[in-house]
Amino acid sequence: MSRFLVSRLLQSLLALFLIVTATFFMLRFVPGGPFTAERAVPKEILRNLEAHYGLNQPLYRQYLGYLGSLAHGDFGPSFKYSNRTVNEILADKLPVSLELGSWSLAVALLLGLTLGILAALRRNTWIDYAASAFATTGLCVPTFVVGPLCVLVFAIHFGWFGASGWSLPGDRVLPSLVLGLAYAAPIARLTRGGLLEVLQQDFIRTARAKGASEARVVLKHALRGGLLPVVAYLGPAIANILTGSFVIETIFQIPGLGREFVTSAFNRDYTLVLGTVILYAALLMALNLLADLAQAWMNPRVRLE
Amino acid sequence: MSLAPPASPLPPAGAATDEPVERGSSPGHDAWLRLRQNRLAVFGGCALLVVLVACVVGPWLSPFGYEETRLDLGASAPGLAHWLGTDVLGRDLLVRLLYGGRISLAVGLSATVVALTIGVTYGAVAGFAGDRLDALMMRAVDILYSLPFTIFVILLMVFFGRNIILLFVAIGAVEWLTMARIVRGQVMSLKRMEFIEAAHALGFSRRRVLFRHILPNVLGPIVVYTTLTIPSVMLLEAFLSFLGLGVQPPMSSWGVLIKDGAEKMEEFPWLLLFPGTIFSLTLFSLNFLGDGIRDALDVRSSKD
Repeated sequence: MSRFLVSRLLQSLLALFLIVTATFFMLRFVPGGPFTAERAVPKEILRNLEAHYGLNQPLYRQYLGYLGSLAHGDFGPSFKYSNRTVNEILADKLPVSLELGSWSLAVALLLGLTLGILAALRRNTWIDYAASAFATTGLCVPTFVVGPLCVLVFAIHFGWFGASGWSLPGDRVLPSLVLGLAYAAPIARLTRGGLLEVLQQDFIRTARAKGASEARVVLKHALRGGLLPVVAYLGPAIANILTGSFVIETIFQIPGLGREFVTSAFNRDYTLVLGTVILYAALLMALNLLADLAQAWMNPRVRLE
Repeated sequence: MSLAPPASPLPPAGAATDEPVERGSSPGHDAWLRLRQNRLAVFGGCALLVVLVACVVGPWLSPFGYEETRLDLGASAPGLAHWLGTDVLGRDLLVRLLYGGRISLAVGLSATVVALTIGVTYGAVAGFAGDRLDALMMRAVDILYSLPFTIFVILLMVFFGRNIILLFVAIGAVEWLTMARIVRGQVMSLKRMEFIEAAHALGFSRRRVLFRHILPNVLGPIVVYTTLTIPSVMLLEAFLSFLGLGVQPPMSSWGVLIKDGAEKMEEFPWLLLFPGTIFSLTLFSLNFLGDGIRDALDVRSSKD
């Protein structure tokens, strides 16, 4: 177990290092830079700017310097927002994405698990068909269609919520619902499939034969094994939800990390792009590891090595 | 040359009774029959065919060009002249939808072919080689799985000019991983079977054994997963186009049209409704067809 943890952590560190290196050099080899604007800056000023940010040094020294400050947890200064560090910007944007992500995750789990369990227990009834229709719809109608439609109907037509922004409590409702629905669909599918498979197994028959109530059979015995595929899916899915959805944040104009990332890439804000990539990759790996651990805990037959 | 059997004292088994001889049926034919029984899959297949033919043929038959602007008309609601209305520049929405469909479907198919080629070759080689090479190759896939690919695709598209070839490659490079895993697993289990041993014993080269004897038997899962890859590829393309990173004007795709429609939906809702509907309908059809083929071939799903 501890050997598994150590090797996974080492592997993640290696992967993170590769990601940082690849992104760093990719950013530098593309045409354009943070100070190429439509209105050209005079050469002297440009040189001063580059000297100020150390961009005039050889690339390998910049790279080593960046790695050095990373080791101290310092993501460096932003190239586009003067006087702001990447750390500050991330600390500013991440909580917004985290809040949106948490609400969406709650919607996704509540709806997805409920529908999935109901569909498995009432197999081939209208409940099952309705749940499956919902899941297929969730997979086939993308958020960038559902989102604007919801704005059209609930914000513009009925006027129940604001169409965009993130200041009022009501602003949370539509984005969280739309993002949550997109993730509820696969969760419902996976829950139904996993549960159906477990319910056919002998130990479930044994539990029933021993007189366990149906609720106990399902919730205590079957769900533990039936949710394994869901847990595997949730690892990367949670990382995606929490770091902000590019599309949802664009549609609802939410000042979160996802939108910031796309903007920073357009701006060639080297350090901000790198910072976001590192944060996202680290979160993704951590959640993948957690998902593996959770699976091992839920299913003794899974061996961690 | 006829090889009439020598007259035998016993009549052949079939002839003894007057029952009609049952015709043999290949597994492929059985699967086809099962697929035809699946109403959703048939619906998906037909809808897909209609969309495909309309997108290919439609723009030629239409009296309007997809770039033909009529500023005096502006955005007009669906009517007799323009069946689905026009956008703010007075361009016919139906023609733009069909034209955009060509691009979306072309991206979907080409990027899937890229993913298919890489994934199948990689998975087959890993599974067939086994041992250390296999371990190494699959470790690499594991690591790639843990990378934030959406972010890399976005970066690639922002930096390298957003051209459509790069779009195929970037999407294909993301989607091959699962295919590689599926093919590897199948090859691993197949290569222990007797008929493969027989092929080896006949002295065939490893390449021939892999490509002529093993891969044809993995065709089922490959076909199934391919039909399910196309919709996810099309989603990714539309997602990128929606963020302004995919297909660039004056070209258009369903993602671009949805993006344009979403910006104008307050006044002109049909600009969002029609592209959204046809895109979702196509994804529905592809998924129904894919699920139908999976059930017909009785391949265990990797998705649920």
